[in-house]
Amino acid sequence: MSAVIRFENVHFTYPGDETESLCGIDLEIEEGSFVAVLGHNGSGKSTLAKHMNAILVPDEGSVTVNGIPTSDEERIIDIRRRVGMVFQNPDNQIVANVVEDDVAFAPENLGVPPAEIRQRVDAALKQVGMYEYRQHAPHLLSGGQKQRVAIAGVIAMEPKIIVLDEPTAMLDPMGRSEVISTVTRLCRERGMTVVLITHHMDECVGADRLVVMSNGRIVADGAPAQVFSQVELMENEGLTVPETTRLLYDLNREGFVLPLDILDTELCADAVAAAIRE
Amino acid sequence: MLKDITLGQYFPGDTVIHRLDPRTKLIAVLLYIIALFQAKGWVGYAAVLLASLGCMALSRLKPKVIFKGLKPMIFIIALTALLNIFYTGGTPILPGWIITWDGITRAVQMILRIVLLICGTFLLTYTTSPIALTDGLELLMSPLKRIRVPVHEMTIMMSMALRFIPTLIEETDKIMSAQKARGADFETGSLVSRAKALLPILVPLFVSAFRRADELAIAMESRCYHGGQGRTRMKQMKFAGIDYAAMSISALFLAGVIVLKKFGL
Repeated sequence: MSAVIRFENVHFTYPGDETESLCGIDLEIEEGSFVAVLGHNGSGKSTLAKHMNAILVPDEGSVTVNGIPTSDEERIIDIRRRVGMVFQNPDNQIVANVVEDDVAFAPENLGVPPAEIRQRVDAALKQVGMYEYRQHAPHLLSGGQKQRVAIAGVIAMEPKIIVLDEPTAMLDPMGRSEVISTVTRLCRERGMTVVLITHHMDECVGADRLVVMSNGRIVADGAPAQVFSQVELMENEGLTVPETTRLLYDLNREGFVLPLDILDTELCADAVAAAIRE
Repeated sequence: MLKDITLGQYFPGDTVIHRLDPRTKLIAVLLYIIALFQAKGWVGYAAVLLASLGCMALSRLKPKVIFKGLKPMIFIIALTALLNIFYTGGTPILPGWIITWDGITRAVQMILRIVLLICGTFLLTYTTSPIALTDGLELLMSPLKRIRVPVHEMTIMMSMALRFIPTLIEETDKIMSAQKARGADFETGSLVSRAKALLPILVPLFVSAFRRADELAIAMESRCYHGGQGRTRMKQMKFAGIDYAAMSISALFLAGVIVLKKFGL
Protein backbone atom coordinates (compact mmCIF):
# COMPACT_ATOMS: atom_id res chain seq x y z
CA MET A 1 0.00 0.00 0.00
CA SER A 2 1.31 3.40 -0.88
CA ALA A 3 0.56 6.78 0.65
CA VAL A 4 -1.72 8.99 -1.45
CA ILE A 5 -1.49 12.02 0.81
CA ARG A 6 1.69 12.81 2.69
CA PHE A 7 2.14 15.56 5.30
CA GLU A 8 5.71 16.37 6.22
CA ASN A 9 6.36 18.60 9.21
CA VAL A 10 3.43 20.89 8.30
CA HIS A 11 3.08 24.18 10.15
CA PHE A 12 0.23 26.57 9.51
CA THR A 13 -1.00 29.77 11.13
CA TYR A 14 -4.13 31.61 9.96
CA PRO A 15 -3.34 35.20 8.95
CA GLY A 16 -3.85 37.45 11.97
CA ASP A 17 -3.70 34.58 14.47
CA GLU A 18 -1.06 34.37 17.16
CA THR A 19 -1.06 30.63 17.75
CA GLU A 20 -0.30 28.00 15.18
CA SER A 21 -3.26 25.94 13.98
CA LEU A 22 -1.05 23.11 12.82
CA CYS A 23 2.26 22.61 14.57
CA GLY A 24 4.41 20.06 12.84
CA ILE A 25 2.06 17.46 11.37
CA ASP A 26 3.54 14.29 9.92
CA LEU A 27 0.91 12.03 8.43
CA GLU A 28 0.55 9.53 5.61
CA ILE A 29 -2.81 8.43 4.28
CA GLU A 30 -2.68 4.96 2.72
CA GLU A 31 -4.49 4.29 -0.53
CA GLY A 32 -7.87 2.62 -0.07
CA SER A 33 -7.98 3.13 3.69
CA PHE A 34 -10.71 4.67 5.81
CA VAL A 35 -9.10 7.17 8.15
CA ALA A 36 -11.06 9.05 10.79
CA VAL A 37 -9.70 12.25 12.30
CA LEU A 38 -11.15 13.05 15.70
CA GLY A 39 -10.73 16.17 17.77
CA HIS A 40 -12.69 18.79 19.65
CA ASN A 41 -13.41 22.27 18.25
CA GLY A 42 -10.26 24.20 17.46
CA SER A 43 -8.04 21.14 17.46
CA GLY A 44 -6.94 21.88 13.89
CA LYS A 45 -8.77 18.98 12.24
CA SER A 46 -10.61 21.17 9.70
CA THR A 47 -7.40 23.03 8.94
CA LEU A 48 -5.79 19.67 8.34
CA ALA A 49 -8.59 18.73 5.91
CA LYS A 50 -8.27 21.99 3.99
CA HIS A 51 -4.60 21.23 3.38
CA MET A 52 -5.47 18.02 1.57
CA ASN A 53 -6.87 19.72 -1.54
CA ALA A 54 -4.82 22.90 -1.54
CA ILE A 55 -7.47 25.24 -0.15
CA LEU A 56 -4.80 26.03 2.41
CA VAL A 57 -1.10 25.69 1.73
CA PRO A 58 1.38 25.04 4.57
CA ASP A 59 3.55 27.89 5.86
CA GLU A 60 6.32 25.40 6.51
CA GLY A 61 6.77 21.77 5.51
CA SER A 62 4.93 20.17 2.62
CA VAL A 63 1.76 18.33 1.66
CA THR A 64 1.84 16.08 -1.39
CA VAL A 65 -1.05 14.36 -3.15
CA ASN A 66 0.10 11.50 -5.38
CA GLY A 67 3.50 13.11 -5.25
CA ILE A 68 2.24 16.53 -6.38
CA PRO A 69 3.03 19.26 -3.85
CA THR A 70 -0.06 21.36 -3.01
CA SER A 71 2.05 24.49 -3.24
CA ASP A 72 2.34 24.00 -7.02
CA GLU A 73 -0.30 26.43 -8.27
CA GLU A 74 0.03 25.20 -11.84
CA ARG A 75 -1.30 21.80 -10.84
CA ILE A 76 -4.01 22.86 -8.44
CA ILE A 77 -6.78 21.40 -10.63
CA ASP A 78 -4.84 18.11 -10.81
CA ILE A 79 -4.86 17.99 -7.03
CA ARG A 80 -8.49 18.96 -6.59
CA ARG A 81 -9.76 16.39 -9.08
CA ARG A 82 -7.95 13.71 -7.08
CA VAL A 83 -9.13 14.86 -3.67
CA GLY A 84 -12.86 15.48 -3.43
CA MET A 85 -14.07 17.48 -0.44
CA VAL A 86 -17.45 17.39 1.28
CA PHE A 87 -18.20 20.16 3.77
CA GLN A 88 -20.26 20.56 6.90
CA ASN A 89 -23.17 22.63 5.64
CA PRO A 90 -24.93 20.87 2.76
CA ASP A 91 -26.78 24.05 1.74
CA ASN A 92 -23.61 25.97 1.09
CA GLN A 93 -21.99 23.49 -1.25
CA ILE A 94 -24.89 22.74 -3.59
CA VAL A 95 -24.62 25.02 -6.60
CA ALA A 96 -27.66 24.13 -8.71
CA ASN A 97 -31.43 24.05 -8.32
CA VAL A 98 -31.76 20.54 -9.66
CA VAL A 99 -29.97 17.55 -8.10
CA GLU A 100 -28.51 16.16 -11.34
CA ASP A 101 -27.28 19.59 -12.48
CA ASP A 102 -25.46 19.95 -9.21
CA VAL A 103 -23.78 16.56 -9.52
CA ALA A 104 -22.71 17.54 -13.05
CA PHE A 105 -20.95 20.69 -11.83
CA ALA A 106 -17.50 19.22 -11.20
CA PRO A 107 -17.21 17.19 -14.43
CA GLU A 108 -18.46 20.24 -16.36
CA ASN A 109 -15.67 22.28 -14.80
CA LEU A 110 -13.18 19.64 -15.86
CA GLY A 111 -14.36 19.79 -19.46
CA VAL A 112 -15.61 16.20 -19.62
CA PRO A 113 -17.62 15.46 -22.81
CA PRO A 114 -21.43 15.76 -22.30
CA ALA A 115 -22.27 12.08 -22.86
CA GLU A 116 -19.70 11.01 -20.31
CA ILE A 117 -20.92 13.56 -17.78
CA ARG A 118 -24.39 12.02 -18.08
CA GLN A 119 -22.97 8.55 -17.34
CA ARG A 120 -20.90 9.80 -14.42
CA VAL A 121 -23.83 11.69 -12.91
CA ASP A 122 -26.17 8.71 -13.14
CA ALA A 123 -23.53 6.37 -11.72
CA ALA A 124 -22.68 8.76 -8.86
CA LEU A 125 -26.33 9.25 -7.92
CA LYS A 126 -26.90 5.49 -7.93
CA GLN A 127 -23.89 4.94 -5.68
CA VAL A 128 -25.28 7.24 -3.00
CA GLY A 129 -28.85 5.99 -3.50
CA MET A 130 -30.24 9.31 -4.74
CA TYR A 131 -30.95 8.36 -8.35
CA GLU A 132 -34.73 8.62 -7.93
CA TYR A 133 -34.31 12.19 -6.72
CA ARG A 134 -32.27 13.37 -9.72
CA GLN A 135 -34.94 15.83 -10.86
CA HIS A 136 -35.68 17.22 -7.39
CA ALA A 137 -34.84 20.64 -6.02
CA PRO A 138 -32.08 20.24 -3.42
CA HIS A 139 -33.61 22.65 -0.92
CA LEU A 140 -36.62 20.35 -0.54
CA LEU A 141 -34.50 17.34 0.47
CA SER A 142 -33.63 16.31 4.04
CA GLY A 143 -30.19 17.12 5.46
CA GLY A 144 -28.92 13.57 5.02
CA GLN A 145 -30.16 13.48 1.43
CA LYS A 146 -28.54 16.83 0.64
CA GLN A 147 -25.27 15.59 2.05
CA ARG A 148 -25.52 12.44 -0.09
CA VAL A 149 -26.07 14.66 -3.14
CA ALA A 150 -22.95 16.59 -2.15
CA ILE A 151 -21.05 13.29 -1.95
CA ALA A 152 -22.37 12.31 -5.39
CA GLY A 153 -21.19 15.70 -6.68
CA VAL A 154 -17.72 14.78 -5.53
CA ILE A 155 -17.80 11.18 -6.80
CA ALA A 156 -18.77 12.41 -10.28
CA MET A 157 -15.37 14.06 -10.39
CA GLU A 158 -13.90 10.53 -10.04
CA PRO A 159 -11.47 11.38 -7.26
CA LYS A 160 -9.12 8.91 -5.60
CA ILE A 161 -9.75 10.32 -2.16
CA ILE A 162 -12.80 11.79 -0.49
CA VAL A 163 -12.24 14.10 2.44
CA LEU A 164 -15.34 14.79 4.53
CA ASP A 165 -15.07 17.75 6.87
CA GLU A 166 -17.61 17.12 9.64
CA PRO A 167 -20.26 16.04 7.16
CA THR A 168 -22.70 15.05 9.89
CA ALA A 169 -22.40 18.02 12.24
CA MET A 170 -25.66 19.56 11.05
CA LEU A 171 -27.64 16.36 10.61
CA ASP A 172 -30.10 14.43 12.75
CA PRO A 173 -29.21 10.85 13.83
CA MET A 174 -30.99 9.43 10.76
CA GLY A 175 -29.07 11.64 8.35
CA ARG A 176 -25.84 10.86 10.16
CA SER A 177 -26.17 7.12 9.73
CA GLU A 178 -27.17 7.60 6.03
CA VAL A 179 -24.00 9.56 5.37
CA ILE A 180 -21.66 7.32 7.36
CA SER A 181 -22.96 4.13 5.77
CA THR A 182 -22.63 5.73 2.30
CA VAL A 183 -18.98 6.67 2.79
CA THR A 184 -18.16 3.35 4.44
CA ARG A 185 -19.61 1.56 1.42
CA LEU A 186 -17.62 3.76 -0.99
CA CYS A 187 -14.45 2.77 0.78
CA ARG A 188 -15.18 -0.94 1.21
CA GLU A 189 -16.82 -1.63 -2.16
CA ARG A 190 -15.24 0.92 -4.46
CA GLY A 191 -11.79 1.02 -2.88
CA MET A 192 -11.95 4.77 -2.44
CA THR A 193 -9.70 6.37 0.15
CA VAL A 194 -11.86 8.12 2.75
CA VAL A 195 -10.75 10.71 5.29
CA LEU A 196 -13.55 11.49 7.73
CA ILE A 197 -13.13 14.51 10.00
CA THR A 198 -15.53 14.34 12.92
CA HIS A 199 -16.10 14.92 16.59
CA HIS A 200 -18.47 12.00 17.05
CA MET A 201 -16.47 9.07 18.33
CA ASP A 202 -19.11 6.55 17.25
CA GLU A 203 -18.51 7.48 13.59
CA CYS A 204 -14.87 6.43 13.94
CA VAL A 205 -15.57 2.89 15.09
CA GLY A 206 -15.79 1.52 11.55
CA ALA A 207 -12.59 3.21 10.36
CA ASP A 208 -9.30 1.40 9.66
CA ARG A 209 -7.36 4.04 11.46
CA LEU A 210 -8.11 6.78 13.93
CA VAL A 211 -6.06 9.94 14.27
CA VAL A 212 -6.75 12.14 17.29
CA MET A 213 -5.82 15.80 17.10
CA SER A 214 -5.44 18.39 19.80
CA ASN A 215 -4.07 21.94 19.64
CA GLY A 216 -2.67 21.44 16.16
CA ARG A 217 -0.86 18.21 16.99
CA ILE A 218 -1.54 14.54 16.46
CA VAL A 219 -1.84 13.02 19.93
CA ALA A 220 -2.89 9.48 19.04
CA ASP A 221 -2.85 7.42 15.87
CA GLY A 222 -3.76 3.78 15.39
CA ALA A 223 -6.61 1.30 15.02
CA PRO A 224 -9.79 2.70 16.65
CA ALA A 225 -9.92 0.00 19.34
CA GLN A 226 -6.33 0.74 20.36
CA VAL A 227 -6.78 4.48 20.39
CA PHE A 228 -9.99 4.30 22.41
CA SER A 229 -8.37 2.03 24.98
CA GLN A 230 -6.16 4.98 25.99
CA VAL A 231 -9.04 6.22 28.11
CA GLU A 232 -7.10 8.78 30.20
CA LEU A 233 -5.61 10.39 27.11
CA MET A 234 -8.98 10.64 25.38
CA GLU A 235 -10.60 12.19 28.44
CA ASN A 236 -7.78 14.69 28.84
CA GLU A 237 -8.54 15.78 25.28
CA GLY A 238 -12.19 16.28 26.17
CA LEU A 239 -13.32 13.34 24.03
CA THR A 240 -15.63 10.58 25.09
CA VAL A 241 -14.83 6.93 24.47
CA PRO A 242 -17.36 4.33 23.29
CA GLU A 243 -19.67 2.94 25.98
CA THR A 244 -18.07 -0.52 25.77
CA THR A 245 -14.60 0.87 26.42
CA ARG A 246 -15.97 3.03 29.21
CA LEU A 247 -17.61 0.04 30.91
CA LEU A 248 -14.51 -2.15 30.62
CA TYR A 249 -12.32 0.67 31.91
CA ASP A 250 -14.55 1.27 34.93
CA LEU A 251 -14.64 -2.46 35.71
CA ASN A 252 -10.84 -2.61 35.52
CA ARG A 253 -10.63 0.21 38.03
CA GLU A 254 -12.76 -1.91 40.36
CA GLY A 255 -10.22 -4.72 40.17
CA PHE A 256 -11.19 -6.68 37.06
CA VAL A 257 -8.63 -7.50 34.41
CA LEU A 258 -10.31 -6.95 31.04
CA PRO A 259 -8.97 -5.98 27.61
CA LEU A 260 -10.01 -2.42 26.65
CA ASP A 261 -9.92 -2.82 22.89
CA ILE A 262 -13.40 -4.32 22.41
CA LEU A 263 -15.84 -2.12 20.48
CA ASP A 264 -18.49 -4.70 19.63
CA THR A 265 -21.34 -4.81 22.17
CA GLU A 266 -21.79 -8.62 21.98
CA LEU A 267 -18.08 -9.33 22.40
CA CYS A 268 -17.96 -6.90 25.27
CA ALA A 269 -20.87 -8.64 27.00
CA ASP A 270 -19.13 -12.00 26.53
CA ALA A 271 -15.90 -10.69 27.99
CA VAL A 272 -17.68 -9.23 31.02
CA ALA A 273 -19.66 -12.46 31.55
CA ALA A 274 -16.47 -14.50 31.38
CA ALA A 275 -14.75 -12.21 33.86
CA ILE A 276 -17.67 -12.46 36.33
CA ARG A 277 -17.68 -16.28 36.12
CA GLU A 278 -14.05 -16.40 37.12
CA MET B 1 -45.57 36.53 3.89
CA LEU B 2 -42.18 35.34 2.67
CA LYS B 3 -43.63 32.17 1.24
CA ASP B 4 -45.35 34.34 -1.38
CA ILE B 5 -42.08 35.25 -3.08
CA THR B 6 -42.02 33.02 -6.12
CA LEU B 7 -39.26 34.82 -7.97
CA GLY B 8 -36.79 32.41 -9.46
CA GLN B 9 -38.92 29.38 -8.74
CA TYR B 10 -39.21 26.62 -11.24
CA PHE B 11 -42.11 24.21 -11.63
CA PRO B 12 -40.89 21.12 -13.49
CA GLY B 13 -43.21 19.75 -16.17
CA ASP B 14 -43.28 18.17 -19.57
CA THR B 15 -45.31 20.50 -21.77
CA VAL B 16 -44.51 22.14 -25.09
CA ILE B 17 -43.44 25.26 -23.24
CA HIS B 18 -41.17 23.30 -20.89
CA ARG B 19 -39.53 21.48 -23.78
CA LEU B 20 -38.61 24.60 -25.74
CA ASP B 21 -34.95 25.52 -25.79
CA PRO B 22 -34.27 28.20 -23.15
CA ARG B 23 -32.81 30.43 -25.86
CA THR B 24 -36.07 30.22 -27.79
CA LYS B 25 -37.99 31.16 -24.69
CA LEU B 26 -35.69 34.08 -23.95
CA ILE B 27 -36.05 35.42 -27.48
CA ALA B 28 -39.81 34.83 -27.45
CA VAL B 29 -40.19 36.68 -24.14
CA LEU B 30 -38.12 39.55 -25.48
CA LEU B 31 -40.33 39.77 -28.59
CA TYR B 32 -43.40 39.49 -26.36
CA ILE B 33 -42.23 42.40 -24.19
CA ILE B 34 -41.55 44.54 -27.26
CA ALA B 35 -45.01 43.66 -28.55
CA LEU B 36 -46.50 44.57 -25.18
CA PHE B 37 -44.95 48.02 -25.33
CA GLN B 38 -45.99 48.46 -28.96
CA ALA B 39 -49.63 47.72 -28.21
CA LYS B 40 -51.60 50.91 -28.37
CA GLY B 41 -55.30 50.33 -28.77
CA TRP B 42 -57.62 47.79 -27.18
CA VAL B 43 -57.21 45.36 -30.05
CA GLY B 44 -53.45 45.33 -29.56
CA TYR B 45 -53.83 44.72 -25.82
CA ALA B 46 -56.36 41.99 -26.44
CA ALA B 47 -53.92 40.28 -28.80
CA VAL B 48 -51.14 40.33 -26.21
CA LEU B 49 -53.53 39.18 -23.49
CA LEU B 50 -54.73 36.28 -25.62
CA ALA B 51 -51.15 35.32 -26.49
CA SER B 52 -50.09 35.21 -22.85
CA LEU B 53 -53.24 33.33 -21.79
CA GLY B 54 -52.58 30.84 -24.59
CA CYS B 55 -49.01 30.24 -23.44
CA MET B 56 -50.16 29.88 -19.85
CA ALA B 57 -52.70 27.28 -20.90
CA LEU B 58 -50.02 25.42 -22.85
CA SER B 59 -47.67 25.45 -19.87
CA ARG B 60 -50.39 23.90 -17.64
CA LEU B 61 -49.37 26.12 -14.74
CA LYS B 62 -52.07 26.63 -12.15
CA PRO B 63 -53.50 30.17 -12.39
CA LYS B 64 -53.20 30.32 -8.60
CA VAL B 65 -49.41 30.05 -8.88
CA ILE B 66 -49.25 32.97 -11.31
CA PHE B 67 -51.52 35.17 -9.20
CA LYS B 68 -49.42 34.37 -6.16
CA GLY B 69 -46.44 35.79 -7.99
CA LEU B 70 -48.38 38.99 -8.69
CA LYS B 71 -49.29 39.53 -5.04
CA PRO B 72 -46.13 41.38 -3.96
CA MET B 73 -46.57 43.74 -6.92
CA ILE B 74 -50.10 44.86 -6.02
CA PHE B 75 -48.88 48.04 -4.35
CA ILE B 76 -46.87 49.18 -7.37
CA ILE B 77 -49.69 48.30 -9.74
CA ALA B 78 -52.24 50.21 -7.65
CA LEU B 79 -49.96 53.24 -7.35
CA THR B 80 -49.35 53.39 -11.10
CA ALA B 81 -53.07 53.09 -11.77
CA LEU B 82 -53.91 55.88 -9.32
CA LEU B 83 -51.28 58.22 -10.72
CA ASN B 84 -52.57 57.63 -14.23
CA ILE B 85 -56.17 58.23 -13.22
CA PHE B 86 -55.41 61.55 -11.57
CA TYR B 87 -52.70 62.94 -13.78
CA THR B 88 -54.06 62.40 -17.27
CA GLY B 89 -55.69 65.31 -19.04
CA GLY B 90 -58.77 65.13 -21.28
CA THR B 91 -62.52 65.27 -20.84
CA PRO B 92 -63.64 64.75 -17.23
CA ILE B 93 -66.13 61.91 -16.66
CA LEU B 94 -68.35 64.44 -14.84
CA PRO B 95 -68.05 68.23 -15.20
CA GLY B 96 -65.66 69.59 -12.56
CA TRP B 97 -63.98 66.22 -11.76
CA ILE B 98 -60.26 65.65 -12.14
CA ILE B 99 -60.79 62.08 -13.30
CA THR B 100 -60.97 61.85 -17.06
CA TRP B 101 -62.06 59.12 -19.45
CA ASP B 102 -58.55 59.15 -20.87
CA GLY B 103 -57.18 58.73 -17.38
CA ILE B 104 -59.29 55.64 -16.77
CA THR B 105 -58.29 54.17 -20.12
CA ARG B 106 -54.63 54.84 -19.42
CA ALA B 107 -54.91 53.34 -15.94
CA VAL B 108 -56.52 50.14 -17.15
CA GLN B 109 -53.99 49.80 -19.96
CA MET B 110 -51.16 50.44 -17.51
CA ILE B 111 -52.44 47.71 -15.15
CA LEU B 112 -52.72 45.34 -18.09
CA ARG B 113 -49.24 46.22 -19.26
CA ILE B 114 -47.60 45.62 -15.86
CA VAL B 115 -49.57 42.45 -15.14
CA LEU B 116 -48.81 41.03 -18.60
CA LEU B 117 -45.16 41.98 -18.29
CA ILE B 118 -44.86 40.14 -14.99
CA CYS B 119 -46.88 37.16 -16.20
CA GLY B 120 -44.73 36.82 -19.31
CA THR B 121 -41.48 36.80 -17.39
CA PHE B 122 -42.91 34.48 -14.73
CA LEU B 123 -43.94 32.08 -17.44
CA LEU B 124 -40.31 32.00 -18.51
CA THR B 125 -38.84 31.40 -15.05
CA TYR B 126 -41.58 28.98 -13.97
CA THR B 127 -41.08 26.71 -16.95
CA THR B 128 -37.30 26.90 -17.33
CA SER B 129 -34.84 25.60 -14.77
CA PRO B 130 -32.60 28.45 -13.62
CA ILE B 131 -29.50 26.61 -14.81
CA ALA B 132 -31.00 26.15 -18.28
CA LEU B 133 -32.02 29.79 -18.25
CA THR B 134 -28.60 31.13 -17.35
CA ASP B 135 -26.92 28.68 -19.76
CA GLY B 136 -29.23 29.95 -22.49
CA LEU B 137 -28.45 33.52 -21.58
CA GLU B 138 -24.74 32.80 -21.61
CA LEU B 139 -24.95 31.24 -25.06
CA LEU B 140 -27.09 34.05 -26.43
CA MET B 141 -24.72 36.67 -25.09
CA SER B 142 -21.51 34.79 -25.93
CA PRO B 143 -20.74 37.02 -28.93
CA LEU B 144 -20.27 39.80 -26.36
CA LYS B 145 -17.30 37.90 -24.94
CA ARG B 146 -15.28 39.18 -27.89
CA ILE B 147 -15.64 42.72 -26.62
CA ARG B 148 -14.59 41.49 -23.17
CA VAL B 149 -17.97 41.51 -21.51
CA PRO B 150 -17.65 39.01 -18.61
CA VAL B 151 -20.65 36.99 -19.77
CA HIS B 152 -19.78 33.77 -17.95
CA GLU B 153 -19.15 35.56 -14.66
CA MET B 154 -22.43 37.46 -14.97
CA THR B 155 -24.47 34.37 -15.67
CA ILE B 156 -22.86 32.28 -12.93
CA MET B 157 -23.58 35.06 -10.44
CA MET B 158 -27.17 35.07 -11.60
CA SER B 159 -27.58 31.33 -11.24
CA MET B 160 -26.02 31.39 -7.76
CA ALA B 161 -28.37 34.20 -6.73
CA LEU B 162 -31.34 32.22 -8.00
CA ARG B 163 -30.07 29.08 -6.28
CA PHE B 164 -29.86 30.83 -2.91
CA ILE B 165 -33.24 32.58 -2.96
CA PRO B 166 -35.11 29.67 -1.33
CA THR B 167 -32.29 29.09 1.15
CA LEU B 168 -32.21 32.72 2.24
CA ILE B 169 -35.99 32.92 2.44
CA GLU B 170 -35.98 29.91 4.71
CA GLU B 171 -33.29 31.53 6.81
CA THR B 172 -35.20 34.82 7.06
CA ASP B 173 -38.24 32.91 8.30
CA LYS B 174 -36.10 31.21 10.92
CA ILE B 175 -34.55 34.49 12.11
CA MET B 176 -37.99 36.12 12.26
CA SER B 177 -39.35 33.27 14.37
CA ALA B 178 -36.33 33.50 16.66
CA GLN B 179 -36.83 37.25 17.11
CA LYS B 180 -40.57 36.83 17.63
CA ALA B 181 -39.89 34.21 20.28
CA ARG B 182 -37.89 36.85 22.11
CA GLY B 183 -40.72 39.36 21.91
CA ALA B 184 -39.97 41.23 18.69
CA ASP B 185 -43.02 42.75 17.04
CA PHE B 186 -43.10 43.10 13.26
CA GLU B 187 -46.81 43.55 12.67
CA THR B 188 -47.93 46.56 14.71
CA GLY B 189 -46.78 50.11 15.17
CA SER B 190 -46.06 52.92 12.73
CA LEU B 191 -44.27 52.38 9.45
CA VAL B 192 -41.05 53.74 10.94
CA SER B 193 -41.14 51.46 13.97
CA ARG B 194 -41.92 48.48 11.75
CA ALA B 195 -39.00 49.34 9.50
CA LYS B 196 -36.80 49.59 12.58
CA ALA B 197 -38.01 46.20 13.73
CA LEU B 198 -36.62 44.73 10.50
CA LEU B 199 -33.06 45.70 11.41
CA PRO B 200 -32.53 42.77 13.81
CA ILE B 201 -33.51 40.51 10.92
CA LEU B 202 -31.33 42.08 8.28
CA VAL B 203 -28.13 42.12 10.30
CA PRO B 204 -27.98 38.37 11.02
CA LEU B 205 -29.23 37.65 7.51
CA PHE B 206 -26.39 39.61 5.94
CA VAL B 207 -23.80 38.11 8.23
CA SER B 208 -24.95 34.63 7.35
CA ALA B 209 -25.18 35.44 3.63
CA PHE B 210 -21.52 36.48 3.63
CA ARG B 211 -20.54 33.35 5.52
CA ARG B 212 -22.47 31.24 3.03
CA ALA B 213 -20.83 33.01 0.10
CA ASP B 214 -17.43 32.25 1.56
CA GLU B 215 -18.20 28.56 2.08
CA LEU B 216 -19.79 28.32 -1.36
CA ALA B 217 -16.69 29.78 -3.00
CA ILE B 218 -14.49 27.20 -1.26
CA ALA B 219 -16.88 24.39 -2.20
CA MET B 220 -16.92 25.53 -5.85
CA GLU B 221 -13.15 25.70 -5.99
CA SER B 222 -12.93 22.27 -4.39
CA ARG B 223 -14.97 21.01 -7.30
CA CYS B 224 -12.44 22.38 -9.75
CA TYR B 225 -14.34 25.53 -10.71
CA HIS B 226 -11.93 27.84 -12.46
CA GLY B 227 -14.08 30.16 -14.53
CA GLY B 228 -15.71 29.57 -17.87
CA GLN B 229 -12.62 28.39 -19.74
CA GLY B 230 -12.77 24.82 -20.95
CA ARG B 231 -16.12 24.19 -19.31
CA THR B 232 -18.52 21.72 -20.89
CA ARG B 233 -22.21 21.17 -20.28
CA MET B 234 -24.05 18.00 -19.47
CA LYS B 235 -27.21 19.27 -21.10
CA GLN B 236 -26.45 20.36 -24.62
CA MET B 237 -28.79 22.85 -26.15
CA LYS B 238 -30.10 22.14 -29.60
CA PHE B 239 -32.69 24.01 -31.59
CA ALA B 240 -35.41 21.65 -32.77
CA GLY B 241 -38.21 22.19 -35.26
CA ILE B 242 -40.51 23.28 -32.46
CA ASP B 243 -38.04 26.05 -31.52
CA TYR B 244 -37.97 27.46 -35.04
CA ALA B 245 -41.77 27.30 -35.11
CA ALA B 246 -42.06 29.09 -31.76
CA MET B 247 -39.65 31.81 -32.81
CA SER B 248 -41.43 32.35 -36.13
CA ILE B 249 -44.77 32.58 -34.34
CA SER B 250 -43.35 35.12 -31.88
CA ALA B 251 -41.86 37.22 -34.68
CA LEU B 252 -45.12 37.13 -36.64
CA PHE B 253 -47.00 38.05 -33.49
CA LEU B 254 -44.79 41.10 -32.93
CA ALA B 255 -45.20 42.11 -36.57
CA GLY B 256 -48.97 41.76 -36.17
CA VAL B 257 -49.05 43.97 -33.09
CA ILE B 258 -46.97 46.62 -34.90
CA VAL B 259 -49.35 46.52 -37.86
CA LEU B 260 -52.30 46.97 -35.48
CA LYS B 261 -50.50 49.97 -33.99
CA LYS B 262 -50.15 51.53 -37.46
CA PHE B 263 -53.91 51.31 -37.81
CA GLY B 264 -54.30 52.85 -34.37
CA LEU B 265 -56.02 49.77 -32.97
